Amino acid sequence: MSEKKLLEVKHLKQHFDVPSGLKTLKLKAVDDVTFDIHEGETLGLVGESGCGKTTVGRSILQLYKPTAGEVYFDGELIQGKKTIREFRKKAQMVFQDPYSSLDPRMTVSDIIGEPLDVHKLYSNRAERDEKIKYLMDLVGLSSEHASRYAHEFSGGQRQRIGIARALAVDPKFIVCDEPVSALDVSIQAQVVNMFEDLQAKLGLTYLFIAHDLLVVKHISTRIAVMYLGKMIEIGPANEVYHNPIHPYTISLLSAVPVPDPNIARANKRIHLEGDVPSPLHMPSGCPFRTRCPRACAECAESMPELKEVRPGHFVACHKAEG
Amino acid sequence: MKKNNETLPKKNPLSLQLDVSKFELATEDEKFLQQRMRPSTTFFKDGMRRLSRNKIAMTCLCILIVIVLIVTFVPMFYPYDYSTQLGITPGQPVDGSFKNLKPFEYSSTELARIEAGEKIFPHIFGTDALGRDYAIRVIYGTRISLIVGLFASIIVLIIGTIYGSISGYYGGKVDLVMMRIVDIIYSLPDLLMIILFSVVLKQTLNLEGTVLEKLGVGMISIFIVFALLYWVGMARLIRGQILTIKQQDYVLAARSIGAKGSHIIRRHMLPNCISVIIISTALQIPSAIFTESFLSFMGLGVSMPMPSLGSLASEAIDGYASYPYRLIIPAIAICLIVLSLNLLGDGLRDAFDPKLKK
Ligand SMILES: Nc1ncnc2c1ncn2[C@@H]1O[C@H](COP(=O)(O)OP(=O)(O)OP(=O)(O)O)[C@@H](O)[C@H]1O
Ligand code: SF4
Ligand SMILES: [Mg+2]
Repeated sequence: MSEKKLLEVKHLKQHFDVPSGLKTLKLKAVDDVTFDIHEGETLGLVGESGCGKTTVGRSILQLYKPTAGEVYFDGELIQGKKTIREFRKKAQMVFQDPYSSLDPRMTVSDIIGEPLDVHKLYSNRAERDEKIKYLMDLVGLSSEHASRYAHEFSGGQRQRIGIARALAVDPKFIVCDEPVSALDVSIQAQVVNMFEDLQAKLGLTYLFIAHDLLVVKHISTRIAVMYLGKMIEIGPANEVYHNPIHPYTISLLSAVPVPDPNIARANKRIHLEGDVPSPLHMPSGCPFRTRCPRACAECAESMPELKEVRPGHFVACHKAEG
Repeated sequence: MKKNNETLPKKNPLSLQLDVSKFELATEDEKFLQQRMRPSTTFFKDGMRRLSRNKIAMTCLCILIVIVLIVTFVPMFYPYDYSTQLGITPGQPVDGSFKNLKPFEYSSTELARIEAGEKIFPHIFGTDALGRDYAIRVIYGTRISLIVGLFASIIVLIIGTIYGSISGYYGGKVDLVMMRIVDIIYSLPDLLMIILFSVVLKQTLNLEGTVLEKLGVGMISIFIVFALLYWVGMARLIRGQILTIKQQDYVLAARSIGAKGSHIIRRHMLPNCISVIIISTALQIPSAIFTESFLSFMGLGVSMPMPSLGSLASEAIDGYASYPYRLIIPAIAICLIVLSLNLLGDGLRDAFDPKLKK
């Protein structure tokens, strides 16, 4: 892994207008998020359902127009039609739902060939077929199945088709949006391993989204934790996993099942009180303060900034100390 | 089998334990068969295969094909014409014996000609009160009814699809305004509107000397009403379809690849709508035919001497007691066409609607 920053996200905000009765409310799905991704690494992004992980991924790829903030890729600001079109060849996405992300009226070869068609990445029919065959081999699909429809495949196979489609433009960076959470536990490991193999083979960089910390720990170089649209902790995977600092990360980790019953009993589970507040009515100050066991007066007043508590380990909490 | 039973310990007859001897190892061939997926087909072939298995739909399709063939080709070599009043030749006294003939009955003049060795085509359904051959009038009436159904459905299809896709694709405020207009039109009582239209148009439209004259004001007003009122159902359907497709991840995936709007509409939206469009058009035809028949029956449809199934039935009401078959024949024709089209439409829906597909 190099120290070169491939992707820089600065003060990214994504607010949605949600009609509520007569007025429209602002839903801050992602609020002022800043982070980098280094070339060749995997950044794991975790958080509860609805905290804005998918929105971060889609805003980075400009599938939603960000409300504010900048995204730099390879040092270049992503803005304007032309840059975005070029950017689409370098950054791709694998979707959460392997069922709705494949058009039921298209054959596998048409799905994988679509990016090739859109960017005219071949000179003749034979070259197109050749490329599709290569991509199918790459993700472990038999190329005899090229003329089948997506509904004829299992969830794991469908996700492989989605990965092949993302790889068709030969990207450098892929946002993997919970690529395994819709799959059977028995094939999750297979698909995660394939992501790792592909990374080694093609030199890819991933933003790997998951709500399962175990999956992320396995594949990530660094882990970022989100809560209610804010990034609250980010650091090297081992650091975050073994020495979490933010109270939310600690509670998340205590919820991870431990295989050894003796350790599990010794490990006190921290139960979070209350529900996640609605993103429409965010608490003032720290978003976690309604459920935080260590909340104090200061927490209600100001939002804590991300601070480097240990080398490379950033935490957004007033009470965080090395 | 018997030998196995002897070697195995005796089993309680009520036991649910499986009999191991009944199982055999699968051969390599059988294993291979298990592995194979079903052969790949295109979406259209798949749908057609399912349709062809549906006996009811296929019967209806055959009936419709026969009706269409009769209606297109029989008038070409049929010796009588739908508007000619038999027995009336210019410059000669009117021959009244042609009026109100029973099926396969000949008029007295015709009988005389047969005596003389001439061959004369029978009046299969007899003649009407004006001495016109009834069979050809029924055939012509069916033709008119089918044409009205088809064209009205095409009008509905075009307007509804365009309106619905625009509304669904742009969404937001555009959608809101367009759908409120649809709601207003939807709430108008359609038959009342048709009757008002034909009454008003009859007085204002001047069709003399144009091609449309032959069709008649009633027919024109039916088309206008279909164009103005009946597309709303189709528009709603298509809009709903587009809205659901728009939210599918594969559209987002296409955008993430860098596909433009036109590419997405062509490659993703239309192919996913097409079955709904085909099915609802197929179901629209019988409703249009029924409306036309109903209006013609009320005297608002086609104008004389052009027959339609509805106007034939309406004319037959007068002589109902003496000539009941003149009412029954067009009524059966209407029922047969409407029923066949409806059942075929249902069959198409079952065959092509992916939601019902497993
Ligand atoms: N297009 C949109 N319009 C309005 N609100 C949206 C939109 N997309 C997402 N949201 C809202 O933004 C918030 C974050 O959603 P997001 O899908 O990013 O969560 P997530 O972390 O990916 O959750 P999950 O783990 O369930 O996938 C949610 O409250 C969601 O309702
Ligand atoms: S800032 Fe305060 S409320 Fe927020 S996590 Fe830290 S201690 Fe808890
Ligand atoms: Mg998500």
